[in-house]
Amino acid sequence: MDFSIASILTLDGLTNGAIYALLGMGIVLVFTVTRVIFIPQGEFVAYGALTLAIFQTGKVPGTVWLLLILAAVAALMELVSTWRHRGRAAPALVAAARLFVLPAIVCAVSAWAAPRNLPLAVQAFLTLCIVTAFGPLVYRVAYQSLAGASSLVLLIVSVGVHFAMTGLGLLFFGAEGFRNPSFWDDRFSVGPLNLNGQAVIIFLASAALIVMLWLYFERTLYGKALRATAVNRLGARLMGISTQSAGQLTFAMAALIGALSGLLIGPTTTIFYDSGFLIGLKGFVAGVIGGLASYPGALLGALAVGVIESFGSFWASSFKEVIVFTIILPVLLWRSLTSAHSDEDH
Amino acid sequence: MNIKKSILAAALAAGLFGAAHADLTVGVVLPLTGPASGLGIPVKNQIALWPKTIAGENLKVVVLDDATDPTTGVKDTQRLVTEDKVDVIIGSAATPVAIPMADVAAESGTVQLAASPAGLPPGKDKWTFRLPQSNDVMAYAVVQHMKSQKVKTIGFLGYTDAYGELWLKALTAEAEKNGMKVVATERFGRADTSVTAQVLKLTSANPDAILIVASGSGAGMPQKAVMERGFKGKVYQTHAAATQDLMRTAGKDAEGTFVVSGPATVAEQLPDAHPSKKAAVDFVQQYEKAYGPGSRNQFAGHGADALTVLEKAVPIALKKGKPGTPEFRAALRDAMETMGRTVLAHGVLNWTPDNHWGYTNETGVMLKVVGGQFKVEQPQ
Repeated sequence: MDFSIASILTLDGLTNGAIYALLGMGIVLVFTVTRVIFIPQGEFVAYGALTLAIFQTGKVPGTVWLLLILAAVAALMELVSTWRHRGRAAPALVAAARLFVLPAIVCAVSAWAAPRNLPLAVQAFLTLCIVTAFGPLVYRVAYQSLAGASSLVLLIVSVGVHFAMTGLGLLFFGAEGFRNPSFWDDRFSVGPLNLNGQAVIIFLASAALIVMLWLYFERTLYGKALRATAVNRLGARLMGISTQSAGQLTFAMAALIGALSGLLIGPTTTIFYDSGFLIGLKGFVAGVIGGLASYPGALLGALAVGVIESFGSFWASSFKEVIVFTIILPVLLWRSLTSAHSDEDH
Repeated sequence: MNIKKSILAAALAAGLFGAAHADLTVGVVLPLTGPASGLGIPVKNQIALWPKTIAGENLKVVVLDDATDPTTGVKDTQRLVTEDKVDVIIGSAATPVAIPMADVAAESGTVQLAASPAGLPPGKDKWTFRLPQSNDVMAYAVVQHMKSQKVKTIGFLGYTDAYGELWLKALTAEAEKNGMKVVATERFGRADTSVTAQVLKLTSANPDAILIVASGSGAGMPQKAVMERGFKGKVYQTHAAATQDLMRTAGKDAEGTFVVSGPATVAEQLPDAHPSKKAAVDFVQQYEKAYGPGSRNQFAGHGADALTVLEKAVPIALKKGKPGTPEFRAALRDAMETMGRTVLAHGVLNWTPDNHWGYTNETGVMLKVVGGQFKVEQPQ
């Protein structure tokens, strides 16, 4: 191991770490606002990358039809629950329509655009729209009626959602993997390092998204409402914040983060329908390093995971995953020794 | 649900082959749904093209779906041996399903022709014969080609799973015999996002050639990583990567790569001297006539080979007993072990009592990626 190898490994680790950082942020965000440990975070990565890949072949991605079906199911659930709650049909229909209209428009535009071979950027934007629309619908269908349940119940639901999404991914995308075209093909040589355009995009996009998230939580009313919900659900509801829309908003953001990660990572590797799980799990390790509460902690954790993974692959490639997932143990030990305990069920 | 499906499949098969007075019964268990359905469906398609009789005996085929699930596969097999009293079982095309099926086949004394490389402990495969080539035969072809290219040192970059492990063993053994050395061994997983670190370590060992052991579209990512690192030596891929997915996922970086393959899918390009040329061309023409140009694939080839094997073994076994009896089934097994050299679309087979893999070293064909297409390397 000399300096040049170490620097190449570090760069490779940081590139992957930037993706884990995004996912780690998504997981922390979802957990703080809704107490859901969001295992399917990684599935959105695969959905994002593969939806774009299918767009590239000029076909309508299966996720479009899935989105339509999911929107219909969510709207039906909304209709029934609002009707029961309010006893009248009109507000129930309005509530259902509100859930259904936006995804339906996204589907219609996607179905129209798919065979037209539009520029890569347009297809990428459509992909973001499609996958982001999944977020609130998944929350509405799987989690909303259980919002008050314990973390354990929500975790079990997450496992179920993960399996459902992986299975549907196999159905819609097939067993073979895809590699997306690069957004930026140039290469730069800096000493021994060979930096390609895609890595630059990954760094810039990750940094931009992190800054935007920070601004959103610090400067906007919606962001502050989400933070309020994260701190105290009951208190937030008393202040007139709807915890349901907070949940849906959070899931939309998590789905957006996942889809964006998928677009970023798609050109650097082959993505399969089930690739997202491991990527998401590494994001989860990063989130745990941040105590599932701290964004800067998750960011540092993610970069550490990426670098450890890269060096681990170099020294002992057979045990790479073992090394990555074992670092969660000392972190948990250290966390349980240093943080103050409370009996409250978080 | 399952029973209904099975009845439906049986009815379908009976209808297809009009086998009211069927004598010879063939049970087929394949993944027609689930993750491995892409492997099972072509076999079923090819079996649908089989003739109505074998060696003058009416043929009855019962096709069941194992849904890529070992439990379902075992249940299907039990049904075949107890209710349908089949004379031979074909399947499964998914390795994890084929392995537990072998127990049922052995208990009932029925020959199993596995359409997947089912690895069984010694002694457990008395009734199981494999239709795909073993990795050893393929490793032989790879190492022979490396020898002709004056390769002395080899780097190994393979899956962490059984496929990678079997190849590593086969490669190490063959390389030693030919005075070559495996100088670096690196592993990765199919869903990994990067193999940069592994490739760095491989290239720093500076081997003459790198063998990448991956399957389907999983072969593209390591291929690209090796080329992006500026590796100047030869790059080899295994037969699981011998599909268009390699070019689809690796693009220009696949150029010049050597890929080992069975002969079936490159039938027309085979040198005339290759023993399988005729069988392979026949298979490809028949299959593509029925299912369209370019529809050929490895697994449909196993369907065609199963018929060739039966057409050779059944007449021998008929001398010992009538189909439907244990004597006939035992005779069929013995016939397969003793019938000697058999030329198939997938290579040359020679099953013996000790070896139920049985392909000879004439089997493997080296391909080279030229202009995004596979070209057969002529033997030097």
